[in-house]
Order: sequence, then structure tokens, then C-alpha cells
Amino acid sequence: MDITTFISQIENEIEELTPGSLTPETEFTSLKEWSSMHVLILIALIDTEYNVTITGADLQQCKSVNDLFNVVKSRV
Amino acid sequence: MAFLSVGNIRIRGMAACVPQHTESNRDYDWISEKERELLIKTTGIESRRIVQNGMCTSDMCYESAKQLLDHFNTDRAEVEVLIFVSQSPDYILPATSIILQDRLGLPKSTMAFDIQLGCSGYLYGLSVITNLMSSGNFKKGLLLAGDVSSFSQSKKDKSTYPIFGDAGTATLLEYDPSAEKINFNLQSDGSGYKAIMISDGGLRNPYTSESEVMKEQEPGIIKNKRNLILDGIEVFNFSLREAPQNAQALMKHLGTSTEDYDYFIFHQANKIMNESIRKKLKLPAEKVPYSLETFGNTSSASIPLTIVTQLQNKTLNSTSLFLSAFGVGLSWGSASLHVKDMVCLPLIEL
Repeated sequence: MDITTFISQIENEIEELTPGSLTPETEFTSLKEWSSMHVLILIALIDTEYNVTITGADLQQCKSVNDLFNVVKSRV
Repeated sequence: MAFLSVGNIRIRGMAACVPQHTESNRDYDWISEKERELLIKTTGIESRRIVQNGMCTSDMCYESAKQLLDHFNTDRAEVEVLIFVSQSPDYILPATSIILQDRLGLPKSTMAFDIQLGCSGYLYGLSVITNLMSSGNFKKGLLLAGDVSSFSQSKKDKSTYPIFGDAGTATLLEYDPSAEKINFNLQSDGSGYKAIMISDGGLRNPYTSESEVMKEQEPGIIKNKRNLILDGIEVFNFSLREAPQNAQALMKHLGTSTEDYDYFIFHQANKIMNESIRKKLKLPAEKVPYSLETFGNTSSASIPLTIVTQLQNKTLNSTSLFLSAFGVGLSWGSASLHVKDMVCLPLIEL
């Protein structure tokens, strides 16, 4: 898996994100109107695309897109 | 795996009752308009029915049961078992089922008891009542399932308040040696009991004045210890992991595949969760009806409510159903059944 695909998958799934706005360094909580619904969308996306489970504890550790990408990659 | 196979039982009909009062999630002004849009899009829940003026779960189950008994012109003396599945009883004691036995005019020979389960409750109740009846000792039985979940909700909790709706249902079963077997796969995992719970009011944490103190848990969530706790991520991951596995295990055990079923009726948790489960099982959307758009998550009522409201105009004279439920406990399971001439009565609005 590569981070460019990972980012475009997130941007496709979360309609509120402008395509091209997300970078590996983007911190989720810095995104405007980031909410618990987006967290569920993210978890569902990762489960569907990579068959990887992301827990609440994982998300507390993952500040940026790159942090999350690395967690997913380590479990694929 | 707790596989069960029960013969000799026919599901005669189902009925469901909801409160007249509708609450739209578009009017849920505890959160911003944008948040409401996202909430509705993600959960699939536009509105819910909420009880007013002290209406209880048993009142809705009573109306559903009465509608069924009247429709079939049932001799009350033949109904010898009644099970009430709920987590919102009339009283701490006695069991609500016993009060319903009298209210419905059922004989004193009726065996009545409660089962305290939520999301998975309909499947557990169905497994218990069919097992009790399969030997032919009881001619007819009533399975009543539902909840007034709104009694434990904080309006200032965006994680639960816009999700749950109130409903009460009834299923009439009868002994019929020609009926096809109903098969179940039921599971439990108490290690996850904190994921969905009401912490105060039982013996572990007795109710005190402290129980009423409203505290902010996180932004958008203010609640007290009488209110429902829902760990959304934990429940989401549990459901995505266990529900498809449980369903696949039952189908494998029976030697069936998803193509053998006309409809898959899921517990109505929320759209993103249910859709993820549907995709994992590779089910076509037209085989998976939803009632949560207008009723929300109705706990143990969700499966019969979905059948009554979504399959009412379909012919259920020879239909294979696969039921799947998952949630509070943690408790989950699935059932495979073939219904013949099953009647879904019109929805009652009380």
C-alpha cells in the first residue's frame, strides 16, 4: 500500500474534504469540523479496504495521516 | 459456537407498534446544522419515534400482541407461553411478562417470563420460545420484544440521543410439525460489557443523588450515570468483526450460502455499520431492508419492526430469511428460517 492511494481513499470517502487538501502531515483534529462521525467513516474505510481494525487507542496515538498510514501498513 | 436447530414451529405473524410522536434529527439543535447533516448521512437515521407521557414498552407490545391475537381470532386459552424481551420493564419487579399475561387475557396456565437483552434480544427470545414449544406442549406462544430506549438518554449526548427510537413488537408462534427447522448461532462476550451500559441503578452501583449529576464527558456529550454509555468505536469494531463471522459460521454449518436467502434482516444499529457488514457478507442491497431511516435503532424491536414495515407488501408465503443481531452485552447471533404464509400486520401508531 502507498500513502498517495491511502490519502485519495480518505478524500473520496469524506465528502467534506477538498480533494488535494490532505497531506501526510495533516493532523486529523486540525481539520475543520472533524467529528466522531468522520472517525467511524475512517474505521469503516480501513476495515473495508485493508481488512485492518483500528481501535480507539490507535486513534489516540495517531495524530497525523502518516501516523495512521503506518499503523495500517504494519497490520496489512 | 452455540448452534441450535429447532423444529415444529411456525411463525404465524408479526405486529409492531411505535409512538406517534416523531423527533427529526434535522431539528436536533444540540449540534450544528452541518453536524446534523453528517450525522444523518452517516447513521442513516432521519427521525425516530419517542414515547410521551409515560408510555411503556409493555404498552406498545400489548397493542401489537392484541392486534395479532384479534387478527387470527386466537383462542386466548391456547396461548400458553409468553416471553417479554426488554431492557425497559414496567417495574424492577415483578417481571413485565406476567403483567402482560393478565392484561392480554391469557389463562393462568400461561408460562410467562422476561429476558433482559437488547440488540440481540429478538434472536435469543426466538430461540428460547421455539425450543420451549417444539415438543408440542404449547400450542401457541407470544414473543414480545421492544424497548423505550429514550428513558435513559441525555438530550445533550450526541453519541446516543439521535440514534435510538422506541418500539414494541409481537410475534405469534404456533406448534406445527410440518414447519421447517429454525436454526440459530448465538454468542456472548462479557469482557465488553462496558461498551454499552447504564452504570447506576442496579446493585453494583446503586442509585444515589450522585447518579443525577450531569458531567461533560467530551465535547457534545453531557450525561449522568443513569444515562446510556455507548462506546461507538468499540461497538463498531466488535460488530464488524463478529456479526459477519457469526453469520458465515451458521451458513457453513447449514451448508447454505447467501444466495439461498430472500432477505437478510439485520439489527438496525446505524447505516455505516450495517452497510459495512452487508459488504463484508457480499450481499446485494435489495436483499437487506432498513427501517432505521424513520425509526432509528429500536433495540430488540428492530428485526420484527423491519420485517413488519419493510416486507409488509411482499409475499411471505414461502420466504427464506436470515436474521443477524449484535450489540449490548456484548451479545450477538444469527438465525436462518423459512417462513410460510407469515402475516405482517399494519404498523400501529400509539
